[in-house]
Amino acid sequence: MQTQLTLGIRVHGETLSELPQDLYIPPDALEVYLEAFEGPLDLLLYLIRKHNLDILDIPMAQLTAQYMEYVEKMKVIKLELAADYLLMSAMLIEIKSRMLLPKPVEVAEEDDPRAELVRRLMEYEAIKLAAQRLDAMPQVGAEIQVAAAYYQHIAEVKPIDVSLDELVEAWRNVLKRAKLTTHHKIGKAELSVREHMSLILRRLKADGMVEFSALFDVVTEGLPKLVVHFLAILELAKEGLIRITQQQAFSPIYLQANTSE
Amino acid sequence: MKEPENIIEFKQILEAALLTAGQPLSLDDLLKLFAGRMERTTLRMLLDELKQDWAQENTAKTLELVQVATGYRFQAKPQFSEFIARLSPEKQPKYSRAVMETLAIIAYRQPVTRGDIEQIRGVAVNPNVMRQLQERDWIDVVGQREVPGRPSLYATTKHFLDDLNLRSLSELPPFEDFAQSEIPLEN
Repeated sequence: MQTQLTLGIRVHGETLSELPQDLYIPPDALEVYLEAFEGPLDLLLYLIRKHNLDILDIPMAQLTAQYMEYVEKMKVIKLELAADYLLMSAMLIEIKSRMLLPKPVEVAEEDDPRAELVRRLMEYEAIKLAAQRLDAMPQVGAEIQVAAAYYQHIAEVKPIDVSLDELVEAWRNVLKRAKLTTHHKIGKAELSVREHMSLILRRLKADGMVEFSALFDVVTEGLPKLVVHFLAILELAKEGLIRITQQQAFSPIYLQANTSE
Repeated sequence: MKEPENIIEFKQILEAALLTAGQPLSLDDLLKLFAGRMERTTLRMLLDELKQDWAQENTAKTLELVQVATGYRFQAKPQFSEFIARLSPEKQPKYSRAVMETLAIIAYRQPVTRGDIEQIRGVAVNPNVMRQLQERDWIDVVGQREVPGRPSLYATTKHFLDDLNLRSLSELPPFEDFAQSEIPLEN
């Protein structure tokens, strides 16, 4: 299972189909070239696998000279990448110089200096293949479609209807409180139920939802006015102009204008 | 509807909940459907039966029930994917090699630091790569390594497993499968 790399690099108008054997890459093509590889390990792996390059056969002096030239050029563009490649050539040179040194017989068997590099290359190679495999696996959002049949998760809240008894009870409470605060009678007043209906409607229009007892100003209004007010509410309800709701027994009763739908 | 009384009704409720979920539902989620009137083992059995009902052999059904990391979900059978994909004009962009290699390292070597990733790939990790994977909710920080600088340790998430149709990391192809022939050392 060899990994395929397609290189479409053009140097001076000519397409390079293969890596030059002497490793020389014109600096102006370097950036493009290196972008085909994920880094020095990737490049080295390619050279070894595709061109049977022996790690030791790389002409170090030449390679280093080239790398230095690239680094100079790349300082401006991608210093980090240049550093990665520089580190790799330094490692190769270190390995080569260790290999060239004569090994004293009495010294215990030293690890092959290339072993670590080979281990890293092989680990990287495996990761590279694993990445390709992951990429080929079906994914949610691409090859996998998750079922999501429509369901309206918000339940409808229905206001509870108020019974007449509850309304009467609430009215009695208003009266009770009115009694506590009445001092004396203020003269006669013409009270129109319809006028109060308008007053209430206007209030409901402005405030939206109003609590039943809040509609009665028990402190300043006299009893007759309160009665008319209550009649006005009943009339409004009868004519379907307002809605009277209560969440549960004995909880506050609310009124709101019945907006036509 | 009354509380379910027989296997058919239990399965119908499970089916309706799973079909409308749009995401995996865990056993705990599914137990809530029956308000404490269901045993975990029974639930597993019912899910297995439901899976059978919707299995590949049943050509009348276009969906299948699968188990992923965070629970159970219905998804289109694979043979319909290419058609459904035509509905979305924009294809999900493919991740770059750098992103996929980083993901592979985190998946197989977790928990890892950025330094570990750089050591394996031989190049500096672009912060953009980590951001893309975190935004997809495929990786997250699970702790710090107790060394100078306390670098963050990254791991893959359950969401990553869900997205790849996996129940656990052990379902990934074994890493040994990717080992290639030994690089010869000539002397």
